[in-house]
Amino acid sequence: MLTRRQLLGGGLAAGAALVIAGLAYEFSPDRALRDPHYRFVILDEEDRAIVAAIAPVMLAGALPAGAVEQVVRGTDVAIAGLPLHVRAQIRQLFGVLRFPLTRMFVAGIWHPWHSANAGEIAAFLQHWRYSPVVQLRSAYDALHQLLMAAWYGNEQAWPPTGYPGPPKVG
Amino acid sequence: MIRDIIAYGVKSGWKVHDASQLSSDMHIDADVAIVGTGAGGGTAAEILSAAGLRVVLIEEGPLRSSSDFHMLEREAYPQLYQDSAARKTKDKGITILQGRAVGGSTTVNWTSSFRTPPETLAYWREQYGLPGYTPETLAPWFAMMERRLNIHPWAKAPNDNNDVLRRGAAKLGILTEVIPRNVKGCWNLGYCGMGCPTNAKQSMLVTTIPSALERGAVLLTRARAERLVFDGAKITSLRVRALNAGGITTSPYSVTVHARHFVLAAGAIGSPALLLRSALPDPYERVGKRTFLHPVVLSFATMPEAVNGFSGAPQSIYTDHFLHTQPLDGPIGYKLEVPPIHPVLAATTLIGFGESHTRLMNELTHGQVIIALMRDGFNEHSQGGSVGLHADGSPLLDYPITDYIWEGARRALLTMAQIQFAAGARSVLPMHEDAVPYHSLNAASKAIEAFPMQILRTLVVSAHVMGGCGMGNDPKQSVVDGNGAHYHAENLSVFDGSIFPTSIGANPQLSIYGITARNATRLAEQLTGRPALRPLDSVS
Repeated sequence: MLTRRQLLGGGLAAGAALVIAGLAYEFSPDRALRDPHYRFVILDEEDRAIVAAIAPVMLAGALPAGAVEQVVRGTDVAIAGLPLHVRAQIRQLFGVLRFPLTRMFVAGIWHPWHSANAGEIAAFLQHWRYSPVVQLRSAYDALHQLLMAAWYGNEQAWPPTGYPGPPKVG
Repeated sequence: MIRDIIAYGVKSGWKVHDASQLSSDMHIDADVAIVGTGAGGGTAAEILSAAGLRVVLIEEGPLRSSSDFHMLEREAYPQLYQDSAARKTKDKGITILQGRAVGGSTTVNWTSSFRTPPETLAYWREQYGLPGYTPETLAPWFAMMERRLNIHPWAKAPNDNNDVLRRGAAKLGILTEVIPRNVKGCWNLGYCGMGCPTNAKQSMLVTTIPSALERGAVLLTRARAERLVFDGAKITSLRVRALNAGGITTSPYSVTVHARHFVLAAGAIGSPALLLRSALPDPYERVGKRTFLHPVVLSFATMPEAVNGFSGAPQSIYTDHFLHTQPLDGPIGYKLEVPPIHPVLAATTLIGFGESHTRLMNELTHGQVIIALMRDGFNEHSQGGSVGLHADGSPLLDYPITDYIWEGARRALLTMAQIQFAAGARSVLPMHEDAVPYHSLNAASKAIEAFPMQILRTLVVSAHVMGGCGMGNDPKQSVVDGNGAHYHAENLSVFDGSIFPTSIGANPQLSIYGITARNATRLAEQLTGRPALRPLDSVS
């Protein structure tokens, strides 16, 4: 059985999580969001299931039906735009969320992500947000910034906020 | 149709090389090699090339210009900022906004332009032996750059976000003033932070850099300065690594730059990091030390009326009242300003998640934000941070937030809530994870008094990185002398915000412009043996 210290040592302590804003798709984030043949750069299927499970809780009340996929893709694009050492730290964060023992004992998610319920995920986010362990607070912050940027960078998110989008120039 | 002066210039034959397009190694010879194209590098490039010197500029970021600036956060942050506008300190406690493109942070800043405050200069003279740094002797250099960049107090009405600061402060008897901005023909759109789409902002991108390129300077983009090669007395060359087009990974090709003189202008994280990677002599271990951030705390108010903080000149009103309520070296003082409010910046900054966060976002048009920029570096309990290196050689800033700073942060949160309520706020939400929207000053004050002040609980950000290659008359204390000359390599200068021995206590761009103009002019005279163009009234 791994101790909490070992888990943190191997998974998070080296740098824990980081954070992000914005999206990068080499030249055109717009293209990334629309491309029907988008190929994920960073997130594999298991990572995507995690983001897809967290997004409706992180963005509760903000996501219209079918928008989760946009957040998942936006998150991938956002991570792809970060320096390699930051990407490596995000990789560690996803490692902690994927590995069943750390998922259960560090995140407190007892079911596989695709069957975890919203209450359980909200409790996990809240637990990390107020954790005395600074690395867990920074991991929460990373998820917060990634998913918020992935959604609110997308014009589909703007109408309820009243933000009209950029003005016309030229 | 707005004329893209960069595209036009490139077509007319400017020597611009995108290193990501190289298919073999490259060599460049110049009189002066400048690393970085922001406030320091841009100003130095214009002055040195005007003196007839052959200049090469090395920039890690891309060359982007008005026709690329679509006012979209999702494009601008990854393309124009360090780490997609989410650069972090070592413990992730502070998020740093810093530019990474031709023009550096001047391409994406909010245009506020202040001369170095007299009390900051007095402290430098007394503590760091810099007698040449008086308001009077620097005035001609500031005036020269104010003319060059069309810096004037904003003449139009402030937008409503700024006006709340003005109104609330006025109710409390606190004086606010109008911010001088470096703009010409500004459309008052509010998107300075995403690159000016109309070329109104007089950033380095549209002023000094085109002027240097017109005079034959060479600009190398997507090129990372890796290492200065030192022969024991002077720098012999600079090794540069080409990046791939996306700017994240490195290409197989390198560029070697030979020059008579080398100028570091990579900013207060980049310049010390390059010195550390190069392992230049640093007998007193000063490189990267005393790095300052103007740590910022924020307060979000919901106003009864629409504010539309995404629209209009982002910063036009400020108050220095709280810089002067205690001695310079006493409890930390702070400058109050406002930031622009765009969806990604707001959503990533606003605390909480789920329904409570969505409610805040759905009232975004009524949102108003004040920021307090704390003046760090003037007290023994405010020694700033230190720049070190990751295993891959990239920079890492460790900035521990001391109790001294937390005390100021708590005071600032209280002040901002007072001003927002005085301006009629319906509720105020201090940016702290323990906060909820408070509907009275009394409730807000009680909560603020009780907040545990810790990183990643109290939101702390920064847009001003200063120090790390501090100047002064004592090599035991400083990396460079008062002219920006490195103490241990004879042909190396540092011309950027990293030479400031403390923070500035105001948005730093004009301090960098003015001090670089002075020091680059001296360097031009030294390298050419001829008097360079000086402002008429400059005496030293």
